Amino acid sequence: MIEAHGLTKRYGDKLAVDGLSFTVRPGVVTGFLGPNGAGKSTTMRMILGLDAPTGGSVTVNGRPYREHAAPLHEVGALLDARAVHPGRSAYSHLLALAQTCGIRRSRVDEVVEAVGLGGTARRRAGGFSLGMGQRLGIAAALLGDPRTVILDEPVNGLDTEGIRWIRSLLRGLAAEGRTVFVSSHLMSEMALTAQHLIVIGRGRLIADTGMEEFIAGAAPSLVRVRSTDPAALAALLRSRDVTVSGADDGALAVSGVSTDQVGRIAGAAGITLLELTAQQASLEEAFMDLTRDAVEFRAPTTGGGQP
Amino acid sequence: MTRTRQTTPARPADPAAQRVTQARVVRSEWTKLRTVPSTAWSLLATVGLIVGVGGLYSLLRVTRPPTDPAAVASFDPTAVSLTGVQLAELAVGILGVLLMAGEYATGTIRISFAAVPRRLPVLWGKAVVVGLATLVLCLPAALAAFLVGQSVLSAKHLDIALGDPGVARAVVGSALYLSAVGLLGLGLGALLRSTAGAVAGLFGVLFAPQLLTGLLPGAWSDHIYPYLPVPAGVAVTAVQPDPASLGPWSGFALFCLYVGIVLAAAAWRLGCRDA
Repeated sequence: MIEAHGLTKRYGDKLAVDGLSFTVRPGVVTGFLGPNGAGKSTTMRMILGLDAPTGGSVTVNGRPYREHAAPLHEVGALLDARAVHPGRSAYSHLLALAQTCGIRRSRVDEVVEAVGLGGTARRRAGGFSLGMGQRLGIAAALLGDPRTVILDEPVNGLDTEGIRWIRSLLRGLAAEGRTVFVSSHLMSEMALTAQHLIVIGRGRLIADTGMEEFIAGAAPSLVRVRSTDPAALAALLRSRDVTVSGADDGALAVSGVSTDQVGRIAGAAGITLLELTAQQASLEEAFMDLTRDAVEFRAPTTGGGQP
Repeated sequence: MTRTRQTTPARPADPAAQRVTQARVVRSEWTKLRTVPSTAWSLLATVGLIVGVGGLYSLLRVTRPPTDPAAVASFDPTAVSLTGVQLAELAVGILGVLLMAGEYATGTIRISFAAVPRRLPVLWGKAVVVGLATLVLCLPAALAAFLVGQSVLSAKHLDIALGDPGVARAVVGSALYLSAVGLLGLGLGALLRSTAGAVAGLFGVLFAPQLLTGLLPGAWSDHIYPYLPVPAGVAVTAVQPDPASLGPWSGFALFCLYVGIVLAAAAWRLGCRDA
């Protein structure tokens, strides 16, 4: 359980995190989304007591992080996969971490195996790929068998197999009743992993909702319908106070009506349907809609760039 | 690579068993020290400089022995055999710097402070480890340099025995002084957080005060000189005390006070700054 109340961080005259209040509950994977520079990493550093808040407070498992006597048992964190001494082996890195709170060597071997670094743990971490660094960081996060897991962009640099592994790992940790808090700027990835979402932009809370509500609430769903007589069908649908627009291939994009209703209307008028699909707005689109006004860095849109 | 689960069997019966203690942090810092090649090289360089430079300088002096009575009287065979200490102090100081500033450079400081949220045990743990490691290595190295040097100097009967007044104190004092320089480097690394800045700071503390007081009028500089860090610190390594300098142990105590001030400033900054 992570609870933030009015969490604020100011660097000079720049407000990185602005009065953020949220609760991350155990038992589900909570995604922490926001564009680059939204304040996700700063928030995570404040949760871990690394940066002191300018205002407000944040507790983990009921206490400020710094007050935990056995911190690695309360919270396992991955902040930066590159944060390893290049001359030290993965095994020694984990061993030094384990020794701060008396975790046994056998546990180090366990987490090394669990993240799939068994063959490379004795090699210098300087030669690790970003993906191997992520696995090492996750091993470090799991070392103390923590009640709360905090991961900052854990899928960066992972291959497809690694991403699938992370997904099932996070779901598994949540299913065991742990609090799992994962940041990402990849919306499509979060759609597959997270059950709950906290979205921030420019340091402010934009949304704190379940995944399904988030998508449903952010953009209306469309029905795509292709038929033998699009003009007649469009006229029929418009008369019912439904928004209809044409697509390139003669299909219609209809909003404000369900696929069942479209099918019945077409059937009653004797129009043959060739295709009838409900199109869910993707998480990517929902996210873009929500954060359109809160994007810190944006490339100029000239030359056909993405808005 | 698909060994996915089996990650959670180790929850101890009593979570208090995973408490952070100073002794555990010392152990962790010892692991960090010994598992990085750069620290091994610094320590090897330290020992090599103490013994090698001491032996070479002794060889040099034995080929050109002092002849006139004044030079014979002021010839200090202990100092000749321990010449390497003056170079080894740089290697030891840089080791101290690397131990702390290296964590800021690689970003591992955040991992260290997340594991030990009270932070100060990390600094004290590193201080114990760097202090003991340098002492344990430098003591035999200084003794070896002394013995090698004296056996070289004995060819011209210029040697001195370990039992002669002040000699054993100078040998042990050399190791103590180097250990304190290691702590100075550690403190500067924690205070300045950057390797380059802290190395520059180390050179500044070790060499700049002597150069600057040299610019002052003679009477002033004579008065200030004994209280500067290095002149005070090396008093304990000299058998024949410079009449202008502080006594061996009071000089070393003053040097330790300077080191203590740097470490205290580092501790204060560690507690109040974002990592």
